[in-house]
Amino acid sequence: MAKQRSKHLLPGFGLTMGISLFYITLIIALPILAMLLKVAGMGLPEFWRIVSSNRALAAYRITFSSALIATVINGVVGLLLAWVLTRYRFPGRRILDALIDLPFALPTAVAGLVLVTLFADTGWYGQLLEPNGIKVNYTQLGIILAMTFTSIPFVVRAVQPVLEEVDADFESVATTLGASRWQVFSRIIWPTILPAFIGGCVLSFARSLGEFGAVVFIAGNLPGLTEIVSLLIFIRLDEYNYEAAAALAFVLLVVALATLIATNMLAAWQVRYVGRKS
Amino acid sequence: MVGAPPRSAGSILLILLAFVFAGIALLAPLALIFSFALREGLGAYFAAIFEPGTLHAIFLTVVTAIIVVPINMFVGAALAWLVTRFTFRGQQLLVAVIELPAAISPIVAGVVYLFLYGNQGLLGPILQPLGLQIMFTPLAIVLVSLFVTAPYVARELIPLMRQQGTEDEEAALSLGANGWQMFWHVTLPNIRWGLVYGAVLTNARVMGEFGAVSVVSGSIRGQTNTLPLQINLLFNDFNIAGSFAAASTLALIAVVTLLIKSALEANVRG
Repeated sequence: MAKQRSKHLLPGFGLTMGISLFYITLIIALPILAMLLKVAGMGLPEFWRIVSSNRALAAYRITFSSALIATVINGVVGLLLAWVLTRYRFPGRRILDALIDLPFALPTAVAGLVLVTLFADTGWYGQLLEPNGIKVNYTQLGIILAMTFTSIPFVVRAVQPVLEEVDADFESVATTLGASRWQVFSRIIWPTILPAFIGGCVLSFARSLGEFGAVVFIAGNLPGLTEIVSLLIFIRLDEYNYEAAAALAFVLLVVALATLIATNMLAAWQVRYVGRKS
Repeated sequence: MVGAPPRSAGSILLILLAFVFAGIALLAPLALIFSFALREGLGAYFAAIFEPGTLHAIFLTVVTAIIVVPINMFVGAALAWLVTRFTFRGQQLLVAVIELPAAISPIVAGVVYLFLYGNQGLLGPILQPLGLQIMFTPLAIVLVSLFVTAPYVARELIPLMRQQGTEDEEAALSLGANGWQMFWHVTLPNIRWGLVYGAVLTNARVMGEFGAVSVVSGSIRGQTNTLPLQINLLFNDFNIAGSFAAASTLALIAVVTLLIKSALEANVRG
């Protein structure tokens, strides 16, 4: 598949190609192929029966709607955090910046344990919310908050570098020419950061769709009410219903592939955008 | 762009909002872990840590990281070298395939391994008569950990090496260095911080992986229970103090990860 060209001056093409192909085949491609074969072997009617069952449909609905709401929250908050971190100098800025990555560094099981404890009826937040009739643990709200927590950094980290690059000269020229601050934002800043913003949202959404560890602790896992797709897969495995697990995992795999393609296209869009500007 | 001190009331309000959100959503959860872990005193805390199940989970988690991190550092460096130093057909595809594990749900990562090495899997029925049981052993945990962290090092190194270009390496070669000398004395010093950063992220994910490991490990107490699984197990046993003690070890690693990341970024930006 690879063709070495004469312009390769540096050594190591064969060696690194060998290592990479061996690793990718053994660690990534072969396991995915094994699952695809399993799905291909079950036949279309059986596959369709599993992925369109009522319980599966309910799980998609809960997973997608929760991930969507979590992504909207993270889009708004992420934009705010990125803006504050790039635009202002203030005491505690470095700490705030470092803290943003906590959800990536903290294992999801720990996040789940913490959230379920925070929102328990005697917990730090639960004792404030429960008397007001807001129940988080074992409801869809808990799923949404768990998904929100584990994907906080995506939008911030996608938008931050682009916001740092937005040319301050454009802004000052626009202001000199009489543009209001809102016009500067909506006409200059927003179009520039848009591809990165959408890219961050897509990653955040994809992560939320697949989130398992944090959700399992807080969701209560009631079929049709708080059962997400990854959990349904896990339950099918526990029941030794491997076909159902494979079919549902295939659905999540296809969604993951779609997000991967979407983020690559958005990255290309971003590059064209920046190229056109300069 | 270098930020300025906030001037208007609006900008101060935005900063306050950011701090309030960070306090509620990030700082309080972190504080809660240590507060609950140490609630019954240091004695009870260490007793919970040294409980045999938890101690074995710590051991298994550390051993897994010691195996997985160096392998993925090595492969990540090879991948980054291949992708940034040569042009070949299928290059885009290669990069996309490496990124695939990061896009996949951890549960799906576990499931694909089950269908390779499990009883019902592709290779499981062939390997088992040979006495090679992979599923539900520490080896399965290592393999699935390699899978979920496959892109981490390459992802840090590829932009770095692309930006650095090849002049230094070409100069070393023209001065008579061989390939290995060039790598050790020119490439490695140039990419060391990126490599360290990738390794730190890999380590954090390996030690904390829950979904994928819970599918392939079988969660056998005292045998294939890693720390995140142990936290879940203790929580389900209503042993809250024990689960927070176990969680505090991983939270500590998360805090160290953030500190290293912050220090490396300051280092890179100068």
